[in-house]
Amino acid sequence: MVSSGAWRYGHFDLGGATNRACFRAFARRCHPLLAARCPDEPTLAKVTDVATTHPETSAEPTRRDFLYIATGAVGAIGVAATVWPFIDQMNPDASTLALASLDFDVSQVAEGQAITVKWRGKPVFIRHRTAKEIEEANAVQPNELPDPLARNENLEADAPATDANRAAAGKENWIIMLGNCTHLGCVPVGLSGDFGGWFCPCHGSHYDTAGRIRRGPAPENLHIPPYAFTNDTTIRIG
Amino acid sequence: MSGHSTYQPSHPAARWLEDRLPILSLAHASAVAYPTPRNLNYFWTFGAILTFMLVVQIVTGVVLAMHYTAHVSMAFDSVERIMRDVNYGWLIRYMHANGASMFFIAVYIHMFRSMYYGSYKAPREVLWILGVIIFLLMMATAFMGYVLPWGQMSFWGATVITNLFSALPIVGEYIVQLLWGGFSVDNPTLNRFFSLHYLLPFMIAGVVVLHIWALHHVGQNNPAGIEPKSKDDTVPFTPYATVKDVFATVCFMIFFAWFLFYTPNYLGHADNYVPANPLVTPAHIVPEWYFLPFYAILRAIPSKLGGVIAMFGAIAVLFVLPWLDTSKVRSAAYRPLFRQFFWIFGAVCILLGWLGAKPAEGIYVVLSRIATFYYFFHFLVILPLLGFLEKPRPLPASIADSVLSKKKLFGGGTARLGGATAAPDTKA
Repeated sequence: MVSSGAWRYGHFDLGGATNRACFRAFARRCHPLLAARCPDEPTLAKVTDVATTHPETSAEPTRRDFLYIATGAVGAIGVAATVWPFIDQMNPDASTLALASLDFDVSQVAEGQAITVKWRGKPVFIRHRTAKEIEEANAVQPNELPDPLARNENLEADAPATDANRAAAGKENWIIMLGNCTHLGCVPVGLSGDFGGWFCPCHGSHYDTAGRIRRGPAPENLHIPPYAFTNDTTIRIG
Repeated sequence: MSGHSTYQPSHPAARWLEDRLPILSLAHASAVAYPTPRNLNYFWTFGAILTFMLVVQIVTGVVLAMHYTAHVSMAFDSVERIMRDVNYGWLIRYMHANGASMFFIAVYIHMFRSMYYGSYKAPREVLWILGVIIFLLMMATAFMGYVLPWGQMSFWGATVITNLFSALPIVGEYIVQLLWGGFSVDNPTLNRFFSLHYLLPFMIAGVVVLHIWALHHVGQNNPAGIEPKSKDDTVPFTPYATVKDVFATVCFMIFFAWFLFYTPNYLGHADNYVPANPLVTPAHIVPEWYFLPFYAILRAIPSKLGGVIAMFGAIAVLFVLPWLDTSKVRSAAYRPLFRQFFWIFGAVCILLGWLGAKPAEGIYVVLSRIATFYYFFHFLVILPLLGFLEKPRPLPASIADSVLSKKKLFGGGTARLGGATAAPDTKA
């Protein structure tokens, strides 16, 4: 059956008169402009008859409701799948991740000296501590510290901030730490501060000889990256 | 824009905004209530497709600029780094490179649609001219973008195209040095091309706003080429045109995706995966496919300056098209002679494109000259004369009339037609 009314809504016609009625209901709910057009449409008289047998208030979802939601859901998934590459491209790329480890020979670092190496674009402090510095660090109990945790990626996350947990395993005269203050990322100055360790000039954080925060705004001890001695004098960071 | 709207937002916050900046009623009048001719076919969805492609090019381009380095010693490697190392970089670069081709496919369909249905005729001359300006900006943008990967085709394409200006008498050499920032295409050229390649798409977006403004002021043309006379000739933009535009855009995306995922280098040149070498020119140097017809015209003329003039003239002639076509009837559907010449012209354009990819020798040169001659003959002789010589078919009384009589042609609805067509104004 083709009437000019059916033609008018032909784009939306999926199953004859019933769906046309459903479309009108849909149009009224969703689109005042169409609703305004529909009632005055004389050629839709036949359709209106059908509409009365399918009240708009019916709680039963129509095929149109299903199509509407299904199309919207597919569209939303498609948009999400398209957006992801545009976000992920900002993450570190393969060439950046490939720079993730560094070998360094520490034999040239004399006792009492500290040097800084660059790893993943950041400074890493390598300090050859004196016996006195180790003694000072051991004199403090972890529970007296602002941050009682070791912050050592080579240990469990809940390891206490004892000097043994901060220093290199079995080589307590070596301490290796990321050189960015845990406050806002500045590089603290070595061999200075009130505790003989590091002092951050940006906002006044004092770290001790084990790199633990003692006073100032920094919330955590200096972080210790994953590393290991590959032989007596070489460390591999990362 | 036009389409007088009595729109009043219902939410108090929306009304508060509307009283201070009538942006909601503007959006409503332009994208919801705006009356579109009821007989538009799918060729009228390419405006939406082009808008979509402009957004795709800008979004992917901004992302690529995050990873690209505009320096002669690093540009090629940075593009390879995008392809190999950047997360989804291959996808985004192929989107951008193939997106340019898709953009041109869509714009050529859009332009030929305007030519077929006479969309450039009064009162739409400015709308058409703005479109030609967008086309010119697109060509400049695409050309400079192709230089950025700094492959062999990039370098030699840039050399050849910038050297076009050296054909100008006296000032030519100085203009070319100005464009290059030196005595050859080099680092300063690459840097300025990158800067301009980033700028021009936003200028395109600006002209697109004017283009749409002009469109909404004069209203859309339609396959019948007659103005809407009553409400019965139009339907509201939403949902009719919005749903149709979205559907067509999704279909176009499938076409785009096929190139993107199955043959991403089909439309490019292998030579551009060779780093630029200022000392060696590749054996066959051709521009991207969308420039080929103009390239063929350039090579057809056996004179340096003449070829350059012909090539720019091939685009310049589009600006005066509204005044070259003297026929009062817009749509080719009612112009039996023009319709045949239109298809001949379309075939000649494709022939020119094919010739542009061939070496400039033997029969190809002869054919290029014939096709170039016909290209200008079409605009400068056929179109002005047709308006006087052709007897158009009678136009339908209204848009509604044209679609409903077509309906009758295919059977069905004959009994009700009388009522619908006799008093179109009593409806709606």
